[in-house]
Amino acid sequence: MTDQRSQAEIVRKSLKRRYRTERRFRLYGILAIFIALASLFILFADIISKGHTGFVKTTITLEVTLDSGMMYLDDPTDKDQWSSADFKAPIIAALQAQVPEAASAAEKRELGRFLGTFADSEIRDLLTKNPELLNTTQTIEFPAHDRVSVYVKHADNPRYSIKLSEQQQRWVDELLQKGIIDTSFNDVLFSRGDSREPANAGVLGAIVGSLLTMLVTLAISFPVGISAAVYLEEFAPQNKLTDFIEVNINNLAAVPSIIFGLLGLAVFINLFGMPRSVPVVGGLVLALMTLPTIIISSRAAIKSVPPSIREAAEGVGASKMQVVLHHVVPLAMPGMLTGSIIGMAQALGETAPLLLIGMVAFIVDVPDGLFSSATVLPVQIYLWASSSEQGFVELASAAIMVLLTFMIIMNALAIWLRKRLERRW
Amino acid sequence: MQTSNLLPLILVLAVVAYGLAYMRSRAVAAPLGGIRNLKALPFYYAARAALWCAIPALIVLAVWAGFEGKVIQGIVIASLPQDTWPESAGQASLILSQISNVAAGSLDPEFVPEHIAGAASLLEAMQDKSGNFKAILVVLIAVLGATFAWTRVAPHINARKNVETTLRRIFFVCAALAVLTTAGIVFSVFLETLRFFDRVPITEFLFGTSWSPQTALRIDQIGSEGAFGVIPLFTGTLLISAIALLVAVPVGLLSAIYLSEYASKRMRSTIKPVLEMLAGIPTVVYGFFAALTVAPFIRDLAEIVGLEASSQSALAAGLVMGIMIVPFVSSLSDDVINAVPQTMRDGSLALGATQSETMKKVIFPAALPGIIGGILLAASRAIGETMIVVMAAGLAANLTANPLDSVTTVTVQIATLLVGDQEFDSAKTLSAFALGMLLFIVTLLLNVIALKIVRKYREQYD
Repeated sequence: MTDQRSQAEIVRKSLKRRYRTERRFRLYGILAIFIALASLFILFADIISKGHTGFVKTTITLEVTLDSGMMYLDDPTDKDQWSSADFKAPIIAALQAQVPEAASAAEKRELGRFLGTFADSEIRDLLTKNPELLNTTQTIEFPAHDRVSVYVKHADNPRYSIKLSEQQQRWVDELLQKGIIDTSFNDVLFSRGDSREPANAGVLGAIVGSLLTMLVTLAISFPVGISAAVYLEEFAPQNKLTDFIEVNINNLAAVPSIIFGLLGLAVFINLFGMPRSVPVVGGLVLALMTLPTIIISSRAAIKSVPPSIREAAEGVGASKMQVVLHHVVPLAMPGMLTGSIIGMAQALGETAPLLLIGMVAFIVDVPDGLFSSATVLPVQIYLWASSSEQGFVELASAAIMVLLTFMIIMNALAIWLRKRLERRW
Repeated sequence: MQTSNLLPLILVLAVVAYGLAYMRSRAVAAPLGGIRNLKALPFYYAARAALWCAIPALIVLAVWAGFEGKVIQGIVIASLPQDTWPESAGQASLILSQISNVAAGSLDPEFVPEHIAGAASLLEAMQDKSGNFKAILVVLIAVLGATFAWTRVAPHINARKNVETTLRRIFFVCAALAVLTTAGIVFSVFLETLRFFDRVPITEFLFGTSWSPQTALRIDQIGSEGAFGVIPLFTGTLLISAIALLVAVPVGLLSAIYLSEYASKRMRSTIKPVLEMLAGIPTVVYGFFAALTVAPFIRDLAEIVGLEASSQSALAAGLVMGIMIVPFVSSLSDDVINAVPQTMRDGSLALGATQSETMKKVIFPAALPGIIGGILLAASRAIGETMIVVMAAGLAANLTANPLDSVTTVTVQIATLLVGDQEFDSAKTLSAFALGMLLFIVTLLLNVIALKIVRKYREQYD
């Protein structure tokens, strides 16, 4: 009796400590979840705070008198005159009219540096297209130079270093007040390819490249993936070969993506002599990479179709292939589509294998076909993130937001499909 | 004709074959008293014709397109005067690119030696000829196939069986493609690796402690040999992966335990997908975050404490990589924790153990093999991860265990060695394939072991 009572006493005494441990354990769990969620939040907040300025462009709008004497140009359609013509002179003159303080030649040169590198070719292209504009006054919007843009957008941000002198800063402030320098929505970002100059760089080329690459990936991995899944689930005999194929697929799903890049380089480019940095090769490599994901999820979808459906179809005399193609596959299709969309989203964000097959080239033009040089969105982000010019950081963050938007849309589509079409048996 | 134009053409031919065979099967059936007297529905006769039309043509087209480039290059090179034959693969590729530039019109034939200009016109002629021949051959095969199927539209032939067998074979080929991919990886990477070991002995590669794959411009230059010791790369990879696991394992495991044992159903169903989002974010985004936010933050923090940190510290890459693999660890642990039979849980609770005691003393030991399997899978993921380390870890192959130092990894070296212009056949380029082989073997081993452990563990409770 006393023995039991003393034991109960021991238990009662230890209860407090045990409950404390219990609470602490719970706290650890909450802490772990908090850390994970906080990291996600910090990641998003960081990218948005860095990137929202990427959607804003800094422009200089000037009334430029396209004076032929000032440009040493009589006939804009004559290409021989281009090399000796000075297309920048009228812009500087117009700018100088707004900042009368800058009078000396050196100061004028400094004013000229406010403009993006391509300001003069903008004038040239305008005149070549419309020669009648020579000797007229036109209101033209130029992209501002990265230095000016950084000053206008990030003057208070310690992360950016302002590369303008005190005097230049004063001039920019003055022009800002007059409304000559202004900020507006960065339409360039969505209408151009890459550029050496942040103000002229856009993600359109990369988006089109990504779309073309995804097209190839989808065209290969979706039919092949579901065919393979159908074979393994419905037709494969139970033998060593089938086992081997299954083990192979499971292992392929875990092979690091960069190895697929090595495969693409060695087989598609070196062995078959396909060109480098084209969407076809990128799409092929990504298709091989996403195949295991699609096969595995399609198999799960096929497995979830109840045997009663198969038996019913067989009962009315359908052949095995008819059972599969007329009943099982259509019923498993929502699950297969969901898996494929998730696989495609993975492929859309993949970078490493594409580095190896040359999709990192600097490409200005928007690709116009499966065999034209292209880059893709994640690679563009990588290129901009590793660029030394300050203006590219915000562009990289903006491009990340674009990429994440695409991925969220794809995943939302997958969830919607699953909710909408998947049947519970 | 271009391959991209031939594909739709084959498709059109197949559709035509389908239509013709369909009509013919009805025509054959009509005098017999309707399609019920055929062995198969008209659809199957038609489908068979379409398959006969398209499949042989597609196979020929694929083989032709795959090898035409290489064959033409070989013929063009062989046509050059003997004294100008390239001595090395690098030279050959140089000459070939010159020839193709001339042929494409981007290089003026007047600026190149005569034999190159000659070869360029030969190349152009060959490409033309090959394109025409390919188009004729493919169309011919398609038409022949369709005609054959057309003649075999007869009431006693069971077209359905033919079609089904063919489809089944196609399905099998698709499934076997996975094996083909593995074979492709093994052979392509393995062959290049063997060529690498011709130049650098395998012992030096595996046990060398210095890595500097520069190849010299001049032979007599100091350090022209390059050093290909993989040890510093491996320690760097292990350091970063270890940091990543130190973050991911506790965070992933504890959140999995909390979500499966304590959280309400609603909390579980909202938090789980949010955690999974971490796995869906592209690695280049993590790389950006690690390189531009975490690394400077760690450097500043270390400065305040009085330590010196590299701006590309292993710690930054490891921490961010850890966050990335949290969902792997948590969803795998979640699976194995849920696989522990409820009876064990109930038994422990009935004896008066608290939830945490049940977890720590009963469920966790029972789930341990599965959890270890999950951790191994996560480790293989960390070792193979590329973009985070390419962007946030350094290039210098330091042999160090200091997480504030900059280290490099196997994947970083593969990427940097193969990005941009490559010298053909140099030990530098080939070494990337050797590294790839190593990476492939290590991750494969980890996966095989992990999957075995997980499977064994599942069988235990099934």
